[in-house]
Amino acid sequence: MASIADILTAHKDREGPLLPILHDVQKAFGHVNEDAMREIAGALNLTRAEVYGVVSFYHDFRKEAEARPVLKLCRAEACKARGVEALVPIAESQNRIKVEAIYCLGLCAVGPSAMVGDKVYARLDGAKFKTILEAM
Amino acid sequence: MTVRISDDAVAIACGADEVAAAFIAAGVAVERVSSWGMQWLEPLVDIDGVGYGPVSADQVADIMNGKAPSLGRIEDHSFIASQTRLTFARAGKTRPLSLDDYYATEGWLGLAKAGEMGAEATIATVITSGLRGRGGAGFPAGIKWQTVARAHNDQKYIVCNADEGDSATFADRMVMEGDPFMLIEGMAIAGFAVGANKGYVYIRSEYPHAIAKMEAAIKLSAHLVAPFVVEVRVGAGAYVCGEETSLLNSLEGKRGEVRAKPPLPALEGLFGKPTAVNNVLTLAAVPWILTHGGDAYAAFGAGRSKGTMPVQIAGNVRHGGLYEVAFGITLGQLVNDIGGGTASGRPVRCVQVGGPLGAYIPPAQFHLPLDYEAFAAADALVGHAGITVFDDTVDMAQMARFAMEFCAIESCGKCTPCRLGSTRGVETIDQIIAGKNVEANLALLADLSETMKFGSLCAMGGFTPYPVMSAIKHFPEDFR
Repeated sequence: MASIADILTAHKDREGPLLPILHDVQKAFGHVNEDAMREIAGALNLTRAEVYGVVSFYHDFRKEAEARPVLKLCRAEACKARGVEALVPIAESQNRIKVEAIYCLGLCAVGPSAMVGDKVYARLDGAKFKTILEAM
Repeated sequence: MTVRISDDAVAIACGADEVAAAFIAAGVAVERVSSWGMQWLEPLVDIDGVGYGPVSADQVADIMNGKAPSLGRIEDHSFIASQTRLTFARAGKTRPLSLDDYYATEGWLGLAKAGEMGAEATIATVITSGLRGRGGAGFPAGIKWQTVARAHNDQKYIVCNADEGDSATFADRMVMEGDPFMLIEGMAIAGFAVGANKGYVYIRSEYPHAIAKMEAAIKLSAHLVAPFVVEVRVGAGAYVCGEETSLLNSLEGKRGEVRAKPPLPALEGLFGKPTAVNNVLTLAAVPWILTHGGDAYAAFGAGRSKGTMPVQIAGNVRHGGLYEVAFGITLGQLVNDIGGGTASGRPVRCVQVGGPLGAYIPPAQFHLPLDYEAFAAADALVGHAGITVFDDTVDMAQMARFAMEFCAIESCGKCTPCRLGSTRGVETIDQIIAGKNVEANLALLADLSETMKFGSLCAMGGFTPYPVMSAIKHFPEDFR
């Protein structure tokens, strides 16, 4: 596993490197915690507050790791028009998988749609959605 | 026999990988190509030009035995044959990462033409074409380039806005996944025209397939666009970063907060340098314009809306997908004739055009032509030309509430009308839905909407009132 120092080195020649660094840290560790923020701030000559401000602004970065598997379910307008809200009670009836709302996967004519990691699913109905949750 | 199956995210989400694997297991070679954009037919299998779809892996044997019904020749399908595909001319036909395929289909001709005619003539060609910003604002692209070109600075940038967060939009994604070299060529032309040697593509993190394709395409074509250099930057789940100044802050590694304008990004943009920020579709239209001429592009369209628009037909619609057409087609034609009405078979109650900040439009206004000015006159916006179709089961009070809720979730927090107004808006609509002081709360909501519309720094807070007020105006029965 890459250390934060490795990640910082890999991005040292980039302009505006903070987001790429945070993405790599999030990917490697599953979170961007206080220690990571301190190390990144030091390397980029930023204050910890500045780094914290960025980490907390973006939905993709977590300050603590999520222990459960995560499924992102699109709940934007086009998926609402295709019935995604009917799947929400199924998501809420279980606690093993964290089902997060996401706003648009660009699969808007074949929704409801969802994403697990980089894998995308479309044309979800109750049965298909349950199958995906159970397989996670 | 050549079997072609798309590797676009829609096709993959609908099972294209499994179908391709079944053909390969049966001993047939499969070419993974871009998507035709007929998304209700995905996974669409193209065998020597004849289409089958939607196909599941267990139907592969029947297709090979000739037992499965075909859709006929794909190019003759009415959904395809009635389009004017300039930007999406290669859709369905070429392998996204094949330089050979790109060369064989007018690839790099636009960049060569720009080099021959010089920077000033390149900008003049784009001005002549009438190309306007396809991200929603509709600002003339050539004029923006001219401003950047005339700015004096040793460092300038091209920034491609690929933060396509609006629901019902996927044309940017399809360009990046299906024809990435076209976007790179468009950026290289822009760089040449304005004197920028560096370009960033800011892609939202919700698009992993597009990110992978663009990164691969940039490596494959680096020598062809040098000294211009393109780099992908990945967003981090903030919708507001689709706003250009917020996007620039994000690229710089800051919170994606909106900047006050002026200064214009064209003069003081990324890292304070002159920057042309253009949408994917704007840049993707440029190679065709350079290859065929500005007048040829301007010959399409209506009024001041020149050229073609890749319209995205989505939501509860029977024939959803990518429909590129000259401006001027009516909304009703797009929804009913092309889209075939709702997927559920129920009556169309309304459509939302332009994403979460766009107005809800009832069938009574389906005569509206797709045209920036005509939509604006009707208190609606073309935006990125995504159309979400809803049937008669939709509760418009809930949709109005969602518009405010979405704004509250995604507001960058910089200006008060957007940050606080959105939350107060949700609360007020909740009161209305609960039947408390309905008339007084509707008046309050109208007042709040005015404040957000005129007091917000950017379109996030400024346009959220459009879906809210249009829902109340056209569907008052859902609020009382």
